[in-house]
Amino acid sequence: MIDARGLSKRFQDKKRGEIRAVDNVSFQCLPGKIYGLLGANGAGKTTTLRMLATILEPTEGTAIVNGFDVVEHPEKVRANVGFLSTATALYRRLTAQEFVEYFGRLNGLDEPTLKKRIHDIFNRLDMNGFRDRRCDKLSTGMMQKTSIARTLVHDPPVMIFDEPTNGLDIMTARTITSFIRECRNNGKTVIFSTHIMSEVEKLCDTIGIIQSGKLLVEGTLAELRDKYAEHDLEEIFVKVVTPHYVAEENN
Amino acid sequence: MSLRNVGIVYRKELTEAIRDRRTVISTILVPLLLFPVLSVGFGSLAIVLVGKAKEETPKVMLLGGADSPAVVDGLKKLDKIEIVPETSDWKNLIISKEIRAAVEIPAGFQADVALQKPETVKIYNYEGELKSEFATDKVDKYMKQYRDNVVKERLAAKNLPETVLNPFDVKQQNVAPPEKVSGAAIGGIIGYMVILLCMTGAMYPAMDLTAGEKERGTMETILSSPISRTHLVLGKFLLILTAALGTAALSVLSMGVSFSVLAHYTSQSAGGRAAAAGLLLHLGPKTVASVFLMALPIAVLFSAVLMTIALFAKTYKEAQSYLTPMTFIIIIPAIASMLPGVELTSRLSLIPILGTSLLCKELVAGTYHWNLIALIFTSNCVYAAAALFIAIKMFQRESVLFRS
Repeated sequence: MIDARGLSKRFQDKKRGEIRAVDNVSFQCLPGKIYGLLGANGAGKTTTLRMLATILEPTEGTAIVNGFDVVEHPEKVRANVGFLSTATALYRRLTAQEFVEYFGRLNGLDEPTLKKRIHDIFNRLDMNGFRDRRCDKLSTGMMQKTSIARTLVHDPPVMIFDEPTNGLDIMTARTITSFIRECRNNGKTVIFSTHIMSEVEKLCDTIGIIQSGKLLVEGTLAELRDKYAEHDLEEIFVKVVTPHYVAEENN
Repeated sequence: MSLRNVGIVYRKELTEAIRDRRTVISTILVPLLLFPVLSVGFGSLAIVLVGKAKEETPKVMLLGGADSPAVVDGLKKLDKIEIVPETSDWKNLIISKEIRAAVEIPAGFQADVALQKPETVKIYNYEGELKSEFATDKVDKYMKQYRDNVVKERLAAKNLPETVLNPFDVKQQNVAPPEKVSGAAIGGIIGYMVILLCMTGAMYPAMDLTAGEKERGTMETILSSPISRTHLVLGKFLLILTAALGTAALSVLSMGVSFSVLAHYTSQSAGGRAAAAGLLLHLGPKTVASVFLMALPIAVLFSAVLMTIALFAKTYKEAQSYLTPMTFIIIIPAIASMLPGVELTSRLSLIPILGTSLLCKELVAGTYHWNLIALIFTSNCVYAAAALFIAIKMFQRESVLFRS
């Protein structure tokens, strides 16, 4: 489970002064459910997810991830999280298997467990054909599978996906979306950020719309449709976000 | 758990480094090939060229001398010199290297010498031109020999012994053992090379493991794993240190082998040079071990400093532009240690690179100033620890890791 409590992140910019990338964001993601964080570019999605994954430290507020506080026990949080984004690249000079093994060892797995886990994951993701190939020789699809294997190697109860299908072709993107669904079916807590409406409609149990660092609204797809009297999620999104866009420009 | 994690990171970085062509070239191939090429290659080339220059029979033009047949005959009989007749453009011929020198015998030279009148023989040459200088030396030697003979004859005519003009001889005699001589001659260079190579060895991995990782997008991947940033930075640091020490060790090994080969080669062809090159052979394992022990904290310092600076860069290229000026900052104190008259004192010991360079000079000479060794080792350890501490702190800073 993820419980974000008033998460805020401020950055100092030489030209623009203080920037509130995330501003007092609170939400909950439950096991066996997918929480979709929907927002435009620069809305604060990545910063929020990076704070949950403890890659960034919150300026204010905190989050409890699988029982551990992101501020107080960041290393324990990371041991319980699988984090995947298009920015999480592979070590090009390692083979696919070495890459996954490296992260398995960093997650404290002993060698017999690691061996078994890798055997299972590589079979499940059909990766045996390229397990000994160096990552710089892999196709985009193979790279994505290797990244997925990395996030799964320690079998974390919480999965964080930051725009995981960004820039991928349809077939590779489908590998990712079916993997996200599989995580939910396996009872994992899943949070996932995107600006692609169709992905949210297909995958998410709860949707949170974020703009200018603020969580503006959240609910199930049905609740949002009722509330804004719109069927199309894109229309709902525009209705929610537009006033804040104006406000931002006026500022 | 903590040491295990540092070890895991180190092993992974080592695997990647060995598979990276650029790292292998800069850390292993360059140090192994640099010295053989520089010493054996250029050394033997120089020997061959000098040998050839010596074997050549230079043309020397005789200016005047018609009324001094004894001098002219003596010059003509000189081994490996071709005396050519006088022409008016002798200066141009020297400059265009068609003749190597010209010797001017003043009119009435022989007669004037007999009458004990002062005379000057001039030798014209092309200064700095090797073959011209060889020719000049031969003529000069002959003329001095001629002058000595005249002096002897004059003394004999007056029944005076030769000691009238030469009451005593002055001789220089070295009493320092060979390792001390080699210390004074090449000790500074050894320290300088070890320090410089520690830095060049550390430079590439320092950039690759920090800015390179940011550029390739793997920084976020590794930061999402449970390893603490301190363990991560220590694992990376150890790999950079390994590269620094590895490069320096390979260079010293290569340098030792190259100079031994050169010494062996020169002892067969040109005896004089063998002595100079052979000096390096007096570097015993004890000296090498002590130089390396003193270089260790310096290598730690370089590895930590270079890693910290490179971490600020967003790309490999940016890191290169930050680290290249560092080379000059490090070279200056190392060169200062080689300046004549710069001796190891307790105050100079505290200057990070200078102190170690000067100490290496002493160590190679077999002198162990234990107080200064302790002072330098301790102060370098303090600097190195401070640099490593800063590196660890920098790795905790989001503004550095995610600089945009």
